[in-house]
Amino acid sequence: MLNYLKPAALLLVMLTVLTGVIYPLTVTAIAHLFFADKANGSLIYNAQEQAVGSALIGQAFTQDKYFWGRPSVTAPYPYNAAASSGSNLAPTNPALIAAVSERVKTLQAIGKTSVPVDLVTASASGLDPHISLAAADYQIGRVAEARKMDESKLRALVNAHTETRQWLILGEPRVNVLQLNQALDSVAH
Amino acid sequence: MNSQNFLQIVFYLAVLLALVKPLGNYMARIYQDQPAGLNRWLAGFEQRLYSWSGVNAKQDMRWTQYALALLVFNLLGLLAVYALQRGQAVLPLNPQNLPAVSADSAFNTAISFTTNTNWQGYGGETTMSYLTQMLGLTVQNFLSAASGMAVLVALVRGFIRRNSDGIGNFWVDMTRSTLYILLPLSLMLAIFLVGQGVVQTFKPYQTVSLTETVSYQQSNNQTATESQQTLALGPAASQIAIKQLGTNGGGFFNVNSSHPFENPTPLSNFLEMLAILLIPASLCYSFGVMVGDTRQGWVILAAMTLIFTVLVFVTVVAEQNGNPLLNANQVASELQAGGNMEGKETRFGIVNSALWAVATTAASNGSVNAMHDSFTPLGGLVPMWLMQLGEVIFGGVGCGLYGMIVFAIVAVFIAGLMIGRTPEYLGKKIEAFEMKMAAVIILVPPLMVLGGTALALMLDVGKASVFNTGAHGFSEVLYAFSSAGNNNGSAFAGLSANTPFYNVLLGIIMLFSRYWLMIPVLAIAGSLASKKIVPVGAGTLPTHTPLFMVLLIITVLMVGALTFIPALALGPIVEHIQMTHHTQVMP
Repeated sequence: MLNYLKPAALLLVMLTVLTGVIYPLTVTAIAHLFFADKANGSLIYNAQEQAVGSALIGQAFTQDKYFWGRPSVTAPYPYNAAASSGSNLAPTNPALIAAVSERVKTLQAIGKTSVPVDLVTASASGLDPHISLAAADYQIGRVAEARKMDESKLRALVNAHTETRQWLILGEPRVNVLQLNQALDSVAH
Repeated sequence: MNSQNFLQIVFYLAVLLALVKPLGNYMARIYQDQPAGLNRWLAGFEQRLYSWSGVNAKQDMRWTQYALALLVFNLLGLLAVYALQRGQAVLPLNPQNLPAVSADSAFNTAISFTTNTNWQGYGGETTMSYLTQMLGLTVQNFLSAASGMAVLVALVRGFIRRNSDGIGNFWVDMTRSTLYILLPLSLMLAIFLVGQGVVQTFKPYQTVSLTETVSYQQSNNQTATESQQTLALGPAASQIAIKQLGTNGGGFFNVNSSHPFENPTPLSNFLEMLAILLIPASLCYSFGVMVGDTRQGWVILAAMTLIFTVLVFVTVVAEQNGNPLLNANQVASELQAGGNMEGKETRFGIVNSALWAVATTAASNGSVNAMHDSFTPLGGLVPMWLMQLGEVIFGGVGCGLYGMIVFAIVAVFIAGLMIGRTPEYLGKKIEAFEMKMAAVIILVPPLMVLGGTALALMLDVGKASVFNTGAHGFSEVLYAFSSAGNNNGSAFAGLSANTPFYNVLLGIIMLFSRYWLMIPVLAIAGSLASKKIVPVGAGTLPTHTPLFMVLLIITVLMVGALTFIPALALGPIVEHIQMTHHTQVMP
């Protein structure tokens, strides 16, 4: 046993330095050389050079003049990017069914057809920055009215913020809610 | 199943299978010490590692020595991860001033990462300092994976060698797996991932101002407001690359690869998902090369791929059909993915979430990009069953294939009984000792899974952690023990597993399920190596044919079905009937 202890300990130390120090530092150095913005969280800055969000992390919106994102169940408030979390509710859990009905009721107040599912179900991370095209489309009427904006103009803005499938195959078409809303605010100014 | 879904699955399988031969060939050359580029350029460095640590790289170890070296090395790794977690408050690189991890949680996590399980009872960004993530968790991601690959190589040597005492050198097999296979692949993947937006920084968490101030109810019913958002950051990409490639699965953040900083785009998702099965699939080819007949490797890979593909379609269809209890538009169209979107991310939609869930549980990876707890009953049954099959459909790096080879040994034994043929595999006679060891390997995980589930459900401390009601609550506990009992690490995360009861019980189960498989596998390796090679005769069952593939599939599925269908009937199957018949779920 003791014959094994020394090589095991020394090899562990050496491989720890290699995989736990040299490797992450190398990745960090290369990352900051080529992709500094992305390595630091894809931050968005306003005209005053203030960080106002990340292109990858959603924020909560409830006002009529904004597009709303996916429901988020992070604690203690939605879209808490320091404590990511999903709901973990089972499909048959009465709490899920009640929560979804409640969200449907709020959204259907604007009087429309069946609500797109991603708009009433909590995302996995609680930080999902995107909604489906159907979910954006569903809200165009409300946002246009709140902003007294022409619907076709608004639709053009939504299209400009639509991300298509990567390499034409991968993933789902989607709209980045935060970037769309920030664009809306800057149009208004 | 729409055409977009179908296309993404086909694309994934095509890229995966196209990489099997080149990578498999490369790994075989590394393990056979033939020139393969890196292992010649870094040969001097490798030798220096051995001489600095006093390793005799020339020693040919008996299986008992090999096992002892592995156990001592893993034990020290375990203690290091434990110590780092307990001491992180006073150690550097802790910009958020996170406190020491509790003793029971640190115990669980240390075992979890050294056994290649990577069950997460904790939330990464709220628990672990940057130093713990790097020096503890990232390091064990490499070394636990390399340990599994070493045991596989030792078993393969058992088939190749004749009348030999030794099965190789653990230090050399483990070091080469790390240095020449895991490290270069991780470096490439990590940099690709940062290019897609995965964070890699040592800065403290970033505060940004919100566009709309959030008001929310506090626990004391007071209304509070929040005008800022704190973005958790860290050296994530380097850890995520190896957690995918080494079938580890322990995420940098709480929600693992559903976090936009851990998996920001469909392309990052594709690469991470590819990394889950890349090494386990390619090792099948390496195995074929090393035993001198690549058909032997292809047969095993074909058996794995067939089971995998069928189960992918089951899961995608179940999730795409959605949840009939919800009053929302779940129809897939050009404008939305539709289906059961609770606990899923918009950019991945249904197909990438379901495909990931099957890949991560087929391999013993355990990372997630969607919340399995919120899957439909049948969509959640598939991942659970894949773990219960013993993690042999691809399985973990090294451990998946050695598990499957044990099933192949059982298959030739059963065939021998049925048709009166000599049980032999790859020229080695399968005798009583090998069968006893194979029985231990196949029976330990079900004992852990079913025994653990039964124990937890009989005790109040076990039941208190259950989050969802009814049949699904049972599924949560069964899933947790299936995961720990097969070193997977994914969860039905509603279960509050960060309690002393679950931390300790699941920790012990992870240890048993790792080492009570590895030690008997090494014993088989030692026994086979000492035998002579039997020439192929009229009584030999050929093991490179489609017929043998079918026999292997039946063996795996029969063991898995007979052992677990009664338990599955109480959980996901009951829940499926409740959901489709709109039955009121009793609390």
